[in-house]
Amino acid sequence: MEPIDENKEGIGGMINPRRYGIERVAYLLMRLSGLGLLAYFIGHIYETSSILKGEVGWDEFLAITQTNEGHAILAIVIAMCVFHTVNGIRVMLGHGGVGVGKPSRPDYPYDPASQNYRHKIGIYSAIVLAAIAMMYGLAVMYGE
Amino acid sequence: MTQVPSIAEEQTAKSSSSSKSVKLRIAKYNPEHDGESKFMEFSIPYERWTTVLEAILKVKKHFDHSVAVRYSCRQATCGSCGMIINGKPRLACFTKISELDSDVVTVEPMNNFPIIRDLAVRFERLFDTHNKVKPYLIREDSEIKSNEKEFLQSPEEVEQYIQFSNCIKCGLCNSACPTMATDSSFIGPQALAQAYRYVADSRDKGKDTRLKIIDESHGIWRCHFAGSCSQVCPKGVDPAMGIQFLRGYLLGFRS
Amino acid sequence: MVNKMRESIIMKIHYGTALAAVALVAVHVLMRLTQSFSESLEYANVIANYQFLPYAGMLEIILILLSIHGFNGLRVILLELKQGKKYEKAVSYGCVAAMVGLIAYGSRTIIMVNMGVV
Repeated sequence: MEPIDENKEGIGGMINPRRYGIERVAYLLMRLSGLGLLAYFIGHIYETSSILKGEVGWDEFLAITQTNEGHAILAIVIAMCVFHTVNGIRVMLGHGGVGVGKPSRPDYPYDPASQNYRHKIGIYSAIVLAAIAMMYGLAVMYGE
Repeated sequence: MTQVPSIAEEQTAKSSSSSKSVKLRIAKYNPEHDGESKFMEFSIPYERWTTVLEAILKVKKHFDHSVAVRYSCRQATCGSCGMIINGKPRLACFTKISELDSDVVTVEPMNNFPIIRDLAVRFERLFDTHNKVKPYLIREDSEIKSNEKEFLQSPEEVEQYIQFSNCIKCGLCNSACPTMATDSSFIGPQALAQAYRYVADSRDKGKDTRLKIIDESHGIWRCHFAGSCSQVCPKGVDPAMGIQFLRGYLLGFRS
Repeated sequence: MVNKMRESIIMKIHYGTALAAVALVAVHVLMRLTQSFSESLEYANVIANYQFLPYAGMLEIILILLSIHGFNGLRVILLELKQGKKYEKAVSYGCVAAMVGLIAYGSRTIIMVNMGVV
């Protein structure tokens, strides 16, 4: 039997952050930062294994990372790490039902209680802290 | 794209009392013989209170009776006329053209539902997933014996689930959900919210059964609390809240 | 086994590894700031880190925690992108294999340097 076309929005719809507010931006950033951090983690394990080649091997690999590009990548990794952590804690608390409001008889215009200011503040805090951490990271990397 | 003249040009002075008109773009697609969706454009006069559904019905009446649209109650109760209106899932009968704040209104069939034709979509999967979570009270003594009273509830107990019982099964939440955009097996926010509706009901004893049903690889864990479902719900159900409470049981935050 | 495990158990592990990793990664990052950044990455200092058993143990735990969390996260994303029995099985087993592979590769570095085989 031929499969029915489900008219799914697809990846384009899943990653579109423009229609449903900051919560959907956080959803996208969480995925992107997760994938980015996994890629960095794999690279980091590979990078640190160069120490088995002795001091020359370690210094050679270190030289590759101690460039402007290397620092830029590390700064982005710091931002991703902080965002993923802070937003991850927010999402985890939400998953446990913390800060998602209380059930009640809805009144028009039906503002959803789960999409409240506590979670919005959590998302904005994650973005701001990620930016601050990134700048601090750059200051540490270039400040010496 | 096909352009059709304004309705105002055809109507008599008596019926065309509107001061404004809007360009209504309707997606036309028949999966049986069309390769892709096309848009038909119509200029429709509207008043402050004119709904998108009324505009579509004007098109059906005056220009193109072949436009396929499902509707019934015209008062956001039957859940039939869900569609994508200017990029977001909404009920056509519950969306006034004036509140869209745009000169162009584009209507398309809801995403994540197979298209029957034009704006009408299939609901089989939504009803299947709804049934899957056992949307009824589960308890052994469901029959009331003589000289027994009905199952009493305090107002506080009713408050725990009444919001979720407002669901009209319109499917807007499933259409907005980012997981549903790619995951055909995901149970969806509608069914999960209904699972919570019964789990939260003090008369129900089927919590463990339902939690087992939703605790699978395409069950509740595929919700990532993006909240789009709650933002589009036309009845204030807030599925995202129900889903998080439901997950609270599985994580041990609630008992 | 991966396919039969209850999703709630997997996700509890996902959350648990995340919380534990946050605490340990913070220690790992702060260790870079106990001296100047470039100094902390000098060969002798890095070797000294690896050969300090509690620190090496912490690196091993971080490696395990992040591998589990990271590859389970990838599994979740991949399961949501496409469906089908074969595909889902391949994703689940593939992620477990990648997780085990990465842990083995990283452990080799930690153990060898800790034991002084460099």
